[in-house]
Amino acid sequence: MTATFVGMPAFPEAARAALGDSQLRHNLAHATATIRARRREVVAEVDEWEELRLAGAAVKDAALLRLDEHLVRLEAELTARGVTVHWARDAAEACAIVAGVAEAHAITEVVKVKSMATQEIGLDEALAARGVTAWETDLAELIVQLGDDLPSHILVPAIHRNRAEIREIFVRAMGDAGRPAPAGLTDEPARLAEAARLHLREKFLRARMAVSGANFAVAESGTLVVVESEGNGRMCLTLPEILVSVVGIEKVVPTFTDLDVLLQLLPRSSTGERMNPYTSTWSGLTPGDGPREAHVVLLDNGRTRALADELGRQALRCIRCSACLNVCPVYERTGGHAYGSVYPGPIGAILNPLLRGVGTDEQVDSLPYASSLCGACFDACPVRIDIPGVLVELRAQVVDARRGTARHAAEAVTMRAAAATLASGRRLGLAQRGAGLLRRVTRRSVFSWLPWPGSRWTGARDLPAPAREPFRAWWRRTGGGRR
Amino acid sequence: MNAREEILGRVRAALRGAGEPGPVPRGYRTVGVANDPVDLFLERVADYRAEVTRCAPAEVPDRIAAALHDARRVVVPAGLAWPAPPGALPDTGLGAAELDRVDAVVTGATVGIATTGTVVLTHGPGEGRRALTLVPDLHVCVLRADQVVGTVPEAMARLAPDRPGTWISGPSATSDIELSRVEGVHGPRRLRVVVAG
Repeated sequence: MTATFVGMPAFPEAARAALGDSQLRHNLAHATATIRARRREVVAEVDEWEELRLAGAAVKDAALLRLDEHLVRLEAELTARGVTVHWARDAAEACAIVAGVAEAHAITEVVKVKSMATQEIGLDEALAARGVTAWETDLAELIVQLGDDLPSHILVPAIHRNRAEIREIFVRAMGDAGRPAPAGLTDEPARLAEAARLHLREKFLRARMAVSGANFAVAESGTLVVVESEGNGRMCLTLPEILVSVVGIEKVVPTFTDLDVLLQLLPRSSTGERMNPYTSTWSGLTPGDGPREAHVVLLDNGRTRALADELGRQALRCIRCSACLNVCPVYERTGGHAYGSVYPGPIGAILNPLLRGVGTDEQVDSLPYASSLCGACFDACPVRIDIPGVLVELRAQVVDARRGTARHAAEAVTMRAAAATLASGRRLGLAQRGAGLLRRVTRRSVFSWLPWPGSRWTGARDLPAPAREPFRAWWRRTGGGRR
Repeated sequence: MNAREEILGRVRAALRGAGEPGPVPRGYRTVGVANDPVDLFLERVADYRAEVTRCAPAEVPDRIAAALHDARRVVVPAGLAWPAPPGALPDTGLGAAELDRVDAVVTGATVGIATTGTVVLTHGPGEGRRALTLVPDLHVCVLRADQVVGTVPEAMARLAPDRPGTWISGPSATSDIELSRVEGVHGPRRLRVVVAG
C-alpha cells in the first residue's frame, strides 16, 4: 500500500458503503465519544493551552521554514553519534534501504514500532516481497495485521473493531503467527491485552532487528523521540541489536528544549492523557545499552511537494495526534477506510492531496470535498493547522487542475446558469416560483434522489426541498410581516 | 544526483521566497510552577494506577521491601543510591531472556514531574540500562523529594540530550480496544514509586 490504498473508490462511493455498516457506525460512535470526553477533560486542566498551541505551531514553523539547514544539522549530529543516515526520495527507495539493512545481516524477521511513515510507504509488504517478515507490535496494529485488515485511524488503527471482533481475530489468527491465543480467552480488554503480551514477548526476546518511526527528531542533538503507551516501542528500541528508524523530513524540530511544548500537546490531544505511559528519547548509540547498530532513513515521499504549497505547508506541522479525526462529524460516521489512505479524517483530506498532488487521481481529488467545513478540526488541532482553510484552497486547485475536462465543463455550465439567475431579480423570482411549485407537486421536504444531472448532487447529499413560498414573495404579500 | 542532494534541492526550491520564521512565544514556560510540587506528584502518579508513597530517607529500605512484596528474583543497577534489598542480583549485563525471568527491578530516577505524574530515567548510575526497567514485570522507582519539579518545561531544563531518556507515567497501558484504557501490556505491569524526604 502506498499513500492511498490501491483500488479504493473515491470518497463519496466509499462513504456510502461505510454508512450502511451499522456495526461500524456503532463502534466508531462509541470510541470517538469516549476519546472526545477524555481529551476535553485533560485539555481543560491546562490554563495555558492556547499559548501551548501557538508555541507548538511556531516551533514546527521554525523547523519547516529552515528545513534544509535543520536536516543537514540532524544528519551531522546523528552521524557523529554512530548512526548511518540514508535519504529516500520516495516509498520504493525507503523500503529498499530497510530491506537492504536486513539482507546485509541475513535477517528474516523484524519487530516494528507503530509508525505512520512505514505504513505510508507500505514497508511491511515490501519487506515480505524480499523474504523478511515484519511483526507489528502495537496492539491495534497487531489486530489489523492478524485480521488482514486496513488501518482506519491514525492513533488506533483498529478503532473500527469492537472487543468481540478482536477476540475472534486473536483466537483465529494468533496461532498461525506464533504463540496461539490462551485457551478460554474472553473479550474483556485486560484479557485481550494479556494475550497480546504473551503472543509478542517471544518475538521481542528473539528479534535481532527492529524498525521504528519517530515522533520528533531534534536537529541540534540528533535525538529521536518515540511516544507510546504499551512498552512495545521500548522493547523494539532497546532489545534488538539493529534499529532502523524511518523518519519523515517534517519530523525535525530545531532544539532539544522545543520538546517541552510538543510533549505537552501530543498526549493530551491524542490519547487524552496528561502524559502517555512511555516516551523514549535517544541520541545515537549508547555503549552497553540498546542497539549496537542504528540507521535513520530521512523520507521525502511528497513532503517537499507539500512544503512548496504556501498555504498547504502548514499540514507538515502535524504531529499525528488524531484529535481532528475524533471531533470530525464526517469521520465519526464514515470511519477511516472511506478516505482510502493511512492518513484518514480531516488531516488526511488535506495531507493526501498535498503529498500526491491533485489532478491525476479521482480518489485523491475527492478528499478535499470530504468535509462540511465545520471547523471543529482546527479548534482541536494542537499545532493550529487551519484544515478548513487548506481544504477550500485544495478544492480550488482541484477545479483548476480539471479545467477543460468534461466534468469541469458541466460544472462551468451550472455555475454560468446560476450566475445568470442570481444576476437578475426577475429571473431569480421565476426560478423560485418554479422551485416552490416543485415542492407543492412532490409534497417532499427533502429530496434524496434527483434525476440526472441533479443526481450528481444528490448522489452524496440530501437536498432540502425549496420553501413553498420564497422569502421575497412572502415579504411582498405581507408587507414585510406587517399584514 | 543522489537522493540527499535531490531532497535538499527540492526543500530549497519549495522554500524560495517563504520568509523568516517568527519567534516562538515561550510564555507557557513560566505558567503553573508550584513551590512544593510533591503533593501534586503523589496525586497524579496514583491517578494513573501506579502505587506511590512518601517517607523519610531512613525509611526507604523498608518501603522498598514493602513495594517488592513477594517478588523473589530482584535485580538492581550499579550505583543505586539506596541499600540494595537483601538477595538482589546486581545487573551484570543479563540477556533479555534472563531478564524475563526476573520478577522486579529497583532503580532511582533523574526527575519527577508533578503535573503529569511522570518519572524520567536517564539510565546513568543508579538507573540502569534501558532494558533493566522494561522486561521485569514490577518496577520500584525511588526519587528524592528535591528531584520532583512542577512542570514539563522545568523537567526539560534539567535534562540533557546526551543520555537516552525514558519518561514513565504509570504502568504500561493501552487504549486500543474501544479506546478504553487498560493497564498492563508489554512494559512492567506494576509501577511503585517511593518519594524520599
